[in-house]
Amino acid sequence: MSLVARHLEGQGVPTVVMGCARDIVEECGVARFLFTDFPLGNPCGKPRDTQMQLSIVGNALNLLDRAWMPRTTVQTPFHWDSDAWRDAFMRVDDGNREALARAGEERRRRQAEFRTGG
Amino acid sequence: MDQHRPYRSFVSYIDRSREYYAAQGYLRPYTWAHHDDVPFAPLQKPLSECRVGLVTTAGRTPADGAIGIGPLKRELYAAPADPPPLHLFTDDLFWDKQATHTDDVDSFLPVNRLAEYAASGRIGSASPRFYGVPTDYSHGRTLQRSAPQILEWCREDGLDAVLLAAL
Repeated sequence: MSLVARHLEGQGVPTVVMGCARDIVEECGVARFLFTDFPLGNPCGKPRDTQMQLSIVGNALNLLDRAWMPRTTVQTPFHWDSDAWRDAFMRVDDGNREALARAGEERRRRQAEFRTGG
Repeated sequence: MDQHRPYRSFVSYIDRSREYYAAQGYLRPYTWAHHDDVPFAPLQKPLSECRVGLVTTAGRTPADGAIGIGPLKRELYAAPADPPPLHLFTDDLFWDKQATHTDDVDSFLPVNRLAEYAASGRIGSASPRFYGVPTDYSHGRTLQRSAPQILEWCREDGLDAVLLAAL
């Protein structure tokens, strides 16, 4: 998505990227980034929270209007209900290391089957 | 809450995904786009006169295929913003399915919220269409196929600015 935003900017179309994966967007480098520190999935506000969604879109519009140079990141003021998701997402530890290794082997086996038409 | 922490608070998805896939035996990590130079296009007129569009990574149809097994076919599309979509397909995308859900389209594609800003006069108008760009881990396909098509649709719809939300 950041690559598309960069292409639009290069052709004269102002953009705002709205997202939750701060490192991925900032590494790519975009003109304007509205960051919400939520689990991936709801970059424009919590489901059914109309006021929060309006605030986040309003901030994106403000950013369109007011940013004067590229790589402008603004973080919205919202917090998720708990921080448990931060450690839980894609976690690797001694409790799931063997299961992940097996899942990888299974996926490679199915990919090989697909390639050979099996 | 004010605290002192010996670590950064936001999740690094580059680090997290590299370690997760390494644990599955994928030892050559995905390489993420990195650019030193960043293009910047200033707004050319007051926001209250601008037509603003939306881009999402969600699909309007289920993806054809299974994640990680063979090619996953996702569609690049333009769809009417009015009536707004009640549901879009996100199951094949990379997001936190344990922590949240995507049953409310406006939580990732603010099509109703943007229409409300158009109605209130904060922006001139909302685009009659929104665009879907599939997450493609091929930088080349994104740059050669998806990005030029999105630009063409933006021009067809007379857009002055675009909000892009990635799940």
